[in-house]
Amino acid sequence: MIVPGGFSRRGVLVKLGILFNAAVGTILAVPIVRYILSPVIRERKPGYKSWLSLGLLGQFPEGQTRLATYRSPTANPSDGETANIPCWVRRVDGEKFQVFAINCAHLGCPVRWFPQSGLFMCPCHGGAYYSDGSRASGPPERGLFEYRYKVEQGSLLIQPGEMPTPGVPTARLINISTGRPPCG
Amino acid sequence: MRLIKELGAWFEARVQLATPIRQTMQHQVPRQAASWAYVFGSAALIVFMLQLVTGILLALLYVPSAGEAWNSLQILNHQVALGWFIRALHGWGSNFMVAIVLIHMVQVFLFGAYKFPRELTWVVGILLLLLTLGMAFTGQVLRFDQDAYWGLGIGASISSRIPVLGSRLVNLLLGGPIIGGATLSRFFALHVFVIPGSLIAFVGLHLLLVLKLGINEWPMPGRVVRRATYLKEYHELTRKDGVPFVPGAIAKDMFFSGFILLVLAACAFHFGPFGPSGQPDPTIIQTAPRPDYFFLWLYAVLSLLPPSMETPVLLIGPVIMLGLLLALPFISGEGEKSWRRRPIAVLTILLVAVSLGTFTHLAGNAPWSPVMDAGSAEPIPETYLKSRSALERQGALVFQAKQCHNCHALGGAGGERGPELDRVAVQLTQDQLIRQVIQGGGNMPAYGKNLSPAETTALVAFLETLRPSGLEPARDASRASEAGALR
Repeated sequence: MIVPGGFSRRGVLVKLGILFNAAVGTILAVPIVRYILSPVIRERKPGYKSWLSLGLLGQFPEGQTRLATYRSPTANPSDGETANIPCWVRRVDGEKFQVFAINCAHLGCPVRWFPQSGLFMCPCHGGAYYSDGSRASGPPERGLFEYRYKVEQGSLLIQPGEMPTPGVPTARLINISTGRPPCG
Repeated sequence: MRLIKELGAWFEARVQLATPIRQTMQHQVPRQAASWAYVFGSAALIVFMLQLVTGILLALLYVPSAGEAWNSLQILNHQVALGWFIRALHGWGSNFMVAIVLIHMVQVFLFGAYKFPRELTWVVGILLLLLTLGMAFTGQVLRFDQDAYWGLGIGASISSRIPVLGSRLVNLLLGGPIIGGATLSRFFALHVFVIPGSLIAFVGLHLLLVLKLGINEWPMPGRVVRRATYLKEYHELTRKDGVPFVPGAIAKDMFFSGFILLVLAACAFHFGPFGPSGQPDPTIIQTAPRPDYFFLWLYAVLSLLPPSMETPVLLIGPVIMLGLLLALPFISGEGEKSWRRRPIAVLTILLVAVSLGTFTHLAGNAPWSPVMDAGSAEPIPETYLKSRSALERQGALVFQAKQCHNCHALGGAGGERGPELDRVAVQLTQDQLIRQVIQGGGNMPAYGKNLSPAETTALVAFLETLRPSGLEPARDASRASEAGALR
């Protein structure tokens, strides 16, 4: 049956059908997109802000830089050994520390500490850093990433947060709660 | 025999595919297109099928869990009968596929096959190239060894440089705040569901387009493509000088595909599977991660770019490259197809090939990376120590102990990050040597804080002995003239 104005009953029904499916699709898309974005939204993920002990102060002799490892506070059982994260702890003196991420500020490869020459060297693209983490040479545009730390009851605590990456100004180990740059 | 015939007729009465299949097989192709130059597309398809089969076979035993993946590959390599061979086939298949796809692309480019009316075929082909590279990268991640772990870190670091969205993209890429179980699971989903699914769909579309539009005719200098007349000319050509695809052209495809599979299997058998290298344990930092063969050029580019150029090149470069590739058939959709009349096309291919080849070659020995153990593993050549003073030998010790050798080669051994020092005494005066050691500069760290005055004196004394016999050491000309004036 042709209705005046060029609409047919079936044509309208098909259009309504398309509209109905589009609406249902949109309703379904919301939870799907949210699910996909869950690593970004983070709100359900515990452990982002927690402080973690790297060990007693006695393990870190003054004036030296030592490798320490911790288990990521956000780790799942399925993470296996990938959740064991290393970092470099430099005890400047007393309770003054610098805790460097293992990741080169260039592209994230593991830097190694050479106490004799007082340099961190990266095996990938040849970045080098001085003992205080500042850039010495090579492709990195900045010094090593540093973790926030505090000393409590004779232990060194850090706030690991997430894997540090260059490029984003906040990448100096993102402090989720306040966005303040870490001490160090 | 009659039973088979009847069964066939029974199915045909229902699916009704015999006619379209016959038409597809017997469609006319230009006689000259039945050539050895036109076999790479079908070879890529065959290798892709091999990848599907070997991929499914590996999935029977592979465990996509960060804690288990590496062990399951060890089991495949060492405990399952011929597990190593299936892994080797899949790994070599990946290399072959990237290589053949690239050769296919070069051939299509040089033969002008992307021109009207085959623009969409080219665009889909570019998509297929990206998907193939995506398979190569995600496959490298599934190997989940040290290289995969740190390769993910590099991928995350590159993504993080994208303005505004960077840090969020990193989280999305890794599936969380760190590289871990969620990362491997999502790369598994990409590698076995998302990308192969898209590949199958787009390969289908690519083939459909080839059938609908016909295979590109052999380009003749002077035979110019015009939108108005091309279709008519092409049909004329296939009608006058065409052969049915089966059996006219398919024999060469079949022989080449079979040959490629044979060579692939021989490589897999002879060289074995790739890795896995060390366990994906980030606390094992005694590692020098390297990407797989097809990303070595990128590794070189990332090492050689000046720091300030890196982020722009990384972020804008791919966009420009991709834009150019996609725009190509629309910019030059008409005109000459023959490479003999397209010198810029030939030069472009040569330039790209030489650049990629050079970068890949450089990445083979990575001169920009310090040799992390040269200070302890590479001795100073004996001749540099013979009949030297105690101070100079002390300097040689400093040279080793302070890891100078990690970046500077002596007698051809050691790092290549800095210049080799076999003739440094000819190039730099004593004052210049002291300045360079203490203040650094020109990509060398300053060692002022880490060398005592005594160590610096000894080191420079040693460096001053490094010159070929017969060559005078560098002299400070201003001092010499001063001395002359005083005299």
